[in-house]
Amino acid sequence: MVQLQGVRKAFNLGTAFETEVLHGIDLTLNRGDFCAVMGPSGSGKSTLLNIVGLLDRPTSGTLRIGSEETTTLDDKALTRLRGHTIGFVFQYHHLITAFTALENVMIPMLGAAGFPNAAMRERATQLVDSVGLINWKDNLAGHMSGGQQQRVSIARALAMNPAVLLADEPTGNLDTKSADAVFALLRKVNREHGTTILFVTHNLNLATRCDKTIQVIDGLLTQ
Amino acid sequence: MFTTWLPFEWIVAIRFLREGRLQTLFIIAGVAIGVGVIVFMSALLSGLQANIIRRVLSTQSHVQLVQPQQVTRQLRIGADASQGQLEGAIVQPPLQQTKSIDQWQAIVAQVRAMPDVKVVSPVATGPVLLVRGNATRAVTVSGIEPETYFRIVDFSDKILRGSVRMAGSDILIGNELSTDLGADVGDKLHITAANGATSVLTIAGVFDLGNKGANQRNTFTVLHTAQSLLQMPGGVTTIEVTLQDIYAAEMIAQRIAGVTGVEADSWIKNSAQFFAAIKAQSTANTAIRVFVGLSVAFGIASVLVVSVVQKSREIGILRAMGISRAQILRLFLLQGGLLGFGGSLAGSAVGALSLVMWQRWARNADGTPLFILEFDSTMFAIALVLATITGLLAALAPALRAARLDPVVAIRG
Repeated sequence: MVQLQGVRKAFNLGTAFETEVLHGIDLTLNRGDFCAVMGPSGSGKSTLLNIVGLLDRPTSGTLRIGSEETTTLDDKALTRLRGHTIGFVFQYHHLITAFTALENVMIPMLGAAGFPNAAMRERATQLVDSVGLINWKDNLAGHMSGGQQQRVSIARALAMNPAVLLADEPTGNLDTKSADAVFALLRKVNREHGTTILFVTHNLNLATRCDKTIQVIDGLLTQ
Repeated sequence: MFTTWLPFEWIVAIRFLREGRLQTLFIIAGVAIGVGVIVFMSALLSGLQANIIRRVLSTQSHVQLVQPQQVTRQLRIGADASQGQLEGAIVQPPLQQTKSIDQWQAIVAQVRAMPDVKVVSPVATGPVLLVRGNATRAVTVSGIEPETYFRIVDFSDKILRGSVRMAGSDILIGNELSTDLGADVGDKLHITAANGATSVLTIAGVFDLGNKGANQRNTFTVLHTAQSLLQMPGGVTTIEVTLQDIYAAEMIAQRIAGVTGVEADSWIKNSAQFFAAIKAQSTANTAIRVFVGLSVAFGIASVLVVSVVQKSREIGILRAMGISRAQILRLFLLQGGLLGFGGSLAGSAVGALSLVMWQRWARNADGTPLFILEFDSTMFAIALVLATITGLLAALAPALRAARLDPVVAIRG
């Protein structure tokens, strides 16, 4: 499903401040894998996630998502592939506060289709229901608790039924109970839809509950 | 919930504007003030100009056709006229005699058939002496065709006493001349032309052209009376022309001169100083509009620049969710357009209200309006379109900046 070969990422290329963050990463994730990514802060976990999520390009190496070799794609094709294949859950949930919970979930579908429609609304409602927030669906995102917002962001990440879900410390800002609920939700998505999940966490307890764990230390990967 | 008939970019743009409602309100108020000033100033200045022009042109035609001036032809000695020696060292300029325009009926018909021409009226003008008792005044008598001339100079609102209806032995005189001669409607005046011809005419009406000099010097009678007085049977000295577009007067005058061979003087040429003042006023008005428009544009741009910074995280999230750069660009352009449109709607209302207030409060001493202001719907439409385009253009730089944002950097904030 996701295959990285010799992926390197350097910042400030060609300047005195050039820094290589990833030093040749090889990683293969199959369909339905639930993989935890651990490592100290600044080790390159988020950079790895951004590259897999097609938000950033590797300096060298190849990245294959499904059957598509992505390093040669232009921005338009990358955006389209990202929209249809990849879902993101960020640490700070990052909902759009001008919209309600339901509308936030509809946004990826709306962006792809251009106009809202009933099917879109129905799917968003199902997703909000699946994360246990049907009674809050019409609440503005800014008026919800952290745990609720994170659950909405998971529903939003699933809106386009992505093959890959990238979660960057989604429980990092939550209390234990909310963190467990969010993790359980991700696990449920993984099992029910066969979604490949790359789950960045500092929480060893949650990491051990994933199918496999990889460590990123100083830009190198250990499994 | 999302409105189903609105596309994605519109939905997000409207929500972003609604979320920052105080900011949105302030910039719409700013645009509204700018557009209101433009609408008010434009209506005021065009009303003022129209009023001045109407007053100036209410007593004159737009183009006047006259017989070309007589010139002295210099004679040369020798076979070759161009190379030969001049016969005399001093050339006396000829005396300009009152002469009829050759073939004026054909010229009138020709000019009348031209597009953009409204009214054509022949006039026979010449100097005469008015005598009543011991009082004598040198004046100009203009022989007119009342049915056409009164469409050029509307006497209905200028007649103080009597009537504009004239028979062959009637004359219209100015208010001041009436006072000077001690004569009024119904009185008879003895008239003597420079050539010795005499006539007795009855005062049919007393007018006020709004100018003391004009009221003292000008008199009007029917064309054939003036022709016989001036000993110009069947002739006319000028052909007065009015046009659909007064600003095209000079161009049309040149065209008429080219076609007919007579001299054609436009009001623009005859009143060059006045026209220059009108042009200067128009230029100043345009400059004010441009600067107000610029301040509106910078206002919108600055708000959107701030909005891009404020919304950079949202932009990053949208990009992460598969929203393209083009969609982000359109989203911010739309915000600019909507601010411009909303502001111009409010501004048009402010401008219209100001005009109503101005018309109500700015009055002459007698209670009449200073001048008539016209509510031109085209001006409001132009203000709407221009303000919206200004908003779109002002939003271009912030929108490009938003579209070019690196999603990773944007999400990180």
